[in-house]
Amino acid sequence: MTEILAAACIAILVVMAIALARAFKAPTVYDRILGVNMFGTKTVLFIAASGYLMGRPDFLDIAIVYALINFIGMVAVLRFFEYTSPIE
Amino acid sequence: MAEFIDLVLLAMLALTALRIIFLKDLFAVVMLFGIYSFLSALIFVNLDAVDVAFTEASVGAGISTVLMLVTLAMTGRKEKQSTHSTLLPLFVVLVTGAALIYGTLDMPPFGHPDNPVHQHVAPRYIEESPKEVGLPNMVTSVLASYRGFDTLGETVVVFSALIGVLSLLGVRRKKKKDLESGLETHSVLHVVSKIIIPLVILFALYVQFHGDFGPGGGFQAGVIAAAAFILYALVLGLPKAFAVVGPKFLQWMASFGVLLYASVGLYSMYKGGHFLDYNKLAADPIAGQHYGIIIIELGVGITVFAVMLNIFYAFGSQAERSNVQ
Amino acid sequence: MDFLDIVSSMLLLAGVFFGFSGAVGLFRFPDFFTRVHAASVTDSIAAILIIGGLLLQTSFDLNTAKLVFILLFLLVTSPTASHALAKSARHGGLLTLAESSSQDKQESAK
Repeated sequence: MTEILAAACIAILVVMAIALARAFKAPTVYDRILGVNMFGTKTVLFIAASGYLMGRPDFLDIAIVYALINFIGMVAVLRFFEYTSPIE
Repeated sequence: MAEFIDLVLLAMLALTALRIIFLKDLFAVVMLFGIYSFLSALIFVNLDAVDVAFTEASVGAGISTVLMLVTLAMTGRKEKQSTHSTLLPLFVVLVTGAALIYGTLDMPPFGHPDNPVHQHVAPRYIEESPKEVGLPNMVTSVLASYRGFDTLGETVVVFSALIGVLSLLGVRRKKKKDLESGLETHSVLHVVSKIIIPLVILFALYVQFHGDFGPGGGFQAGVIAAAAFILYALVLGLPKAFAVVGPKFLQWMASFGVLLYASVGLYSMYKGGHFLDYNKLAADPIAGQHYGIIIIELGVGITVFAVMLNIFYAFGSQAERSNVQ
Repeated sequence: MDFLDIVSSMLLLAGVFFGFSGAVGLFRFPDFFTRVHAASVTDSIAAILIIGGLLLQTSFDLNTAKLVFILLFLLVTSPTASHALAKSARHGGLLTLAESSSQDKQESAK
């Protein structure tokens, strides 16, 4: 079971890296936001999985905080994006 | 396995920092800083510093990203072209960096049990705190009991940050000519945030009162509760948020939290102990410790909640004005 | 490995597969709206499968409740975030690939 969990953790890390690459190199600012959002949700899954991998289920509290903060950050980005004029 | 994950995360952290340097669009910089905080919180999780990760995720990635975004709404998105030469700063940075790297050569080996940090006060906390304080989460007993005086200082620092922001910016009441604020056209967001906000507040209360047993405590709970109200203000607009908790009420709350904390100290002096000596709060010293820690964590939580939300109010109301002009 | 472990690892691997295909879509699709589609759809299914796989690892306790909370939270917030993002992109004047290519054709025809 540990091997499967470890494989899942590494695969989620790879997905996070791809989302990060999308956030780095984005054609439009919306793509950047999309990359950041996907990075956040995959991080939630990563923390949950790694908590079981390392036998520390209290990591789940951190995962909940991540999910909350990710959503609030997303709403804030959309809200204040309307105030500032786009550059691209 | 843990080392491998650490290395991958550190590599991502370094890449994010490098990417931030070369970006001109400050809006993107703020978003990447959010990722940066998330990554450093992940590294803390991996190092088993769960309480620190909690704080980094909620304060670093949450509140400070929101505050930076509001600031950008006031100042504009484009980085100013720097006019002076960058050679001297580069030289200073290189020298400082080289000195710091030279300094790390003297550092004790990573994670070794004989390191000074593990020899100083940590063994005493680990051995004595279950007997003296009796809380499962040692971080809470160190923060709230052994280092109670330091935590009082931190709470006062947070409080004085509010005083600074209020005296510089102030919270501006809504004028008639202002544009409608809030994400009016996003009806899905309205519905969803009405479902989410009670859950977030419930989770904040869990973090507040479960902090003795698991990760969390007053600081984190205050920030999470403030994030719930910030979500409300973002989606429905500042005036409606003012109707729920107004800035004046928050100022009273912020001072109430600090006073609650300090009054626990004064009460223990009245009972014949030292300042913040929780043993004197009840007949049984361990029960006294528990009462003291719960009350001061509540004080910290109230102050942090009120200060964070009020700072957001101050920034947000100014951003709305600069939007009008 | 007993039965529950096998089911749980199958769920985990399936979740990882969908997450991975979402990441490929995020990188390879031609315009923003196709990318947001790839990211949001796979986000939800990956969250369901991975957290479902982890749920089978718990005995019935507080951690189960936390995992269910995370799952419900992600299921509500992640599509909402994608929807709001796509909507504000649309209001901000971003065109789909088909629209922008037909616009190009019109301009070249003039």
